[in-house]
Amino acid sequence: MRGIRVIPYLLIAPAVLFLLVLFVVPLVQTMALAFQSDGGWNFGNFSRMANDINFNDAVTDTFEIVVIAVPLQLALALGMAMMLRHVQRGRDIVLWIWSIPLGISDLAAGLVWLAILNDRGFLNSLLFRVGLISSPQSYLTYETPIALLAAIVIAELWRATAIVLVIIVAGVQLVPKEYAEAADVFGATPWQRFIRITLPLLKPSIQTALILRTVLAFEMFAMVLSLGGRNFPVLVSEAFNWEYAQQDYGVAAAYAVVVMLVSLAATLVYLGALRSPPDAR
Amino acid sequence: MSNGMLSRRSAAWLAAGLLGAATLPAAPRPAQAADLVFLSTQLRPIEEAQKLRNDVLSKAPVPSTFVPEATPEFTVRAKAEIAGGTHTISLLGALHGELQPLATLGALEPLDALATRLAARGFPDNLMALGRFGGQHQLYIPWMQATYVMVANKKALPFLPPGADLKTLTYAQLAAWAQAIQAKTGNRALGFPAGPTGLMPRFFEGYLYPSFTGGVVAPFRSPAAEAMWAEFATLWKSVTPNSTNYNFMQEPLLTGEVWIAWDHVARIQDALRQKPDDFVVFPAPAGPKGRGYMPVIAGLAIAKGAPDAAGAASLIDYLTRPTTQIQTLRSSSFFPTVKATIPNDLDPGLKLTEIGVAEMQSAPDAKPSLLPIGLGDKGGAFDKVFLDTFQLIVLRGQKPHDVLPREGEAMQRIMTDTGAPCWAPDPPSTGACQVQ
Repeated sequence: MRGIRVIPYLLIAPAVLFLLVLFVVPLVQTMALAFQSDGGWNFGNFSRMANDINFNDAVTDTFEIVVIAVPLQLALALGMAMMLRHVQRGRDIVLWIWSIPLGISDLAAGLVWLAILNDRGFLNSLLFRVGLISSPQSYLTYETPIALLAAIVIAELWRATAIVLVIIVAGVQLVPKEYAEAADVFGATPWQRFIRITLPLLKPSIQTALILRTVLAFEMFAMVLSLGGRNFPVLVSEAFNWEYAQQDYGVAAAYAVVVMLVSLAATLVYLGALRSPPDAR
Repeated sequence: MSNGMLSRRSAAWLAAGLLGAATLPAAPRPAQAADLVFLSTQLRPIEEAQKLRNDVLSKAPVPSTFVPEATPEFTVRAKAEIAGGTHTISLLGALHGELQPLATLGALEPLDALATRLAARGFPDNLMALGRFGGQHQLYIPWMQATYVMVANKKALPFLPPGADLKTLTYAQLAAWAQAIQAKTGNRALGFPAGPTGLMPRFFEGYLYPSFTGGVVAPFRSPAAEAMWAEFATLWKSVTPNSTNYNFMQEPLLTGEVWIAWDHVARIQDALRQKPDDFVVFPAPAGPKGRGYMPVIAGLAIAKGAPDAAGAASLIDYLTRPTTQIQTLRSSSFFPTVKATIPNDLDPGLKLTEIGVAEMQSAPDAKPSLLPIGLGDKGGAFDKVFLDTFQLIVLRGQKPHDVLPREGEAMQRIMTDTGAPCWAPDPPSTGACQVQ
């Protein structure tokens, strides 16, 4: 009997150990680093972070992306998943094509979009060919902040909608067909069916997708760096700058703590806001 | 629906893992071979590294493994070896500013005997002095040198203001030139490497400030500096806004997006090598106080506790021979630090650079700036003061009079914290350099 009770713990032990060593220990070290400066425990690093000329921009930019991109990604993924339900032949191929961006690294995706959107990029070449512009247009400079934001949002949509889609598609497959059939019998319109049946039953999947996407969006880095460079600071790129360019590990750690707290808060909000009642699980 | 539960749990784990990813420090690369390890931040592009291995190091008296590493990893690895007590690196090759934090830590072996032995090679005294970091001991031997120059596409030359000569260009003429191009073609054709990894801070530290104020730290917030920033902000109106995305000017020069550029010689080489007939190289402009310019020095140092210090010393001996130095020039774009005759059959692009560099150094009003000395690991913070000032005044349009006092305080804090005395072109100081 005793042996059997120990086995589950033995089996999860490597994973727990792994997380302890590679997550909890660095986390504690980072926290310690963030609250130490000038040889004592204080908020010095945080005040230096907040007084930096790029801090406000980094916070605003990060939240702008999260607030704009994540809902769009969810809406797109829901739409795509619903359409996919009606595809009979070639469903796997469509799904496969839609998930291609998942296999591409952040930085590579950034470089792809840079090749499209820079002054001599594909977009300008195309617009020039069809006669819409007579000279190269800039989209990614500090003089065109709205175009820059739009470019990053579009690239982010292209890159990361697929992960939301995959989670939603998995959830949609779990929704029993009987509910939809019953709704049909009572004369529900497709929209009513979607709002009243599909969406509530998808809640757990939506929650998972939102947590994952939001946390990832707060940690956005390589793509923003390649498209926005110095013009579009985000929290993680500032952490990187303080760590490597300024070699000020304390302020970098303070940024890491901020990113962590923000992500944690977002996760808790989702867990609370999208809680499913126990009988619906 | 147990599956819903499952995905929730896994989501929580995933989220936890992702949170962790942001806090993980970068891991240094492990040592590779039993040969002497030569860790370098220079000659990092694969082609240059391969040429150094095949054309230079293969003929060296001591077999070595050349390990190129970017600056952050270089510093982390070198520091980790000291902290961990396991030494794998023997020879270090890096820029003056990258070796400085290691010198501060006492991680570099004094090379006084070697320096005396190699003295006949003809290292310039000022370069040797840099290798002592203001102390008693020679901590590195100058390995290669480079500097920053201006490059112009020949298409830009017809727009030069009347009476302007590239060799004696002033900042006012540069502004007029760029303005003329903008007025006549509609293009903002002047470009600077102000991207995230561009070398723009060096432009302020070694070019703009010395040319306009005659110093760097002391006159940081002087009336001359205020006037300088105002003038530079005006000049910036003819600078392409893509500049804040440029890290290497060779790319926009090659595409024709930029016609006139300032950058490190190594970062324009591709343009010059691919289209030597399209470009001219010329000295940086002059301001009221002269023609500021900054040499770039890479040095060779031996790590304390090196597994093969004797081998590293004989490699330094080999790498600073005139013939090896010329070979290094051919495989990179770094010029010799010893007396060596530049051969005539040099690549045309390199030849252009060599002429530009020589004109810069021999300009009658040349005002050489030393690299920051004694800042330790505050070099990045020092650069940031200039970048922040630039961002606030030039990109965000704030008044120099409002920005400079605040940034001047940040500068003074760095000087006070490090106790760094003034370096040329600032007048020498006793104690920490003071912002006036």
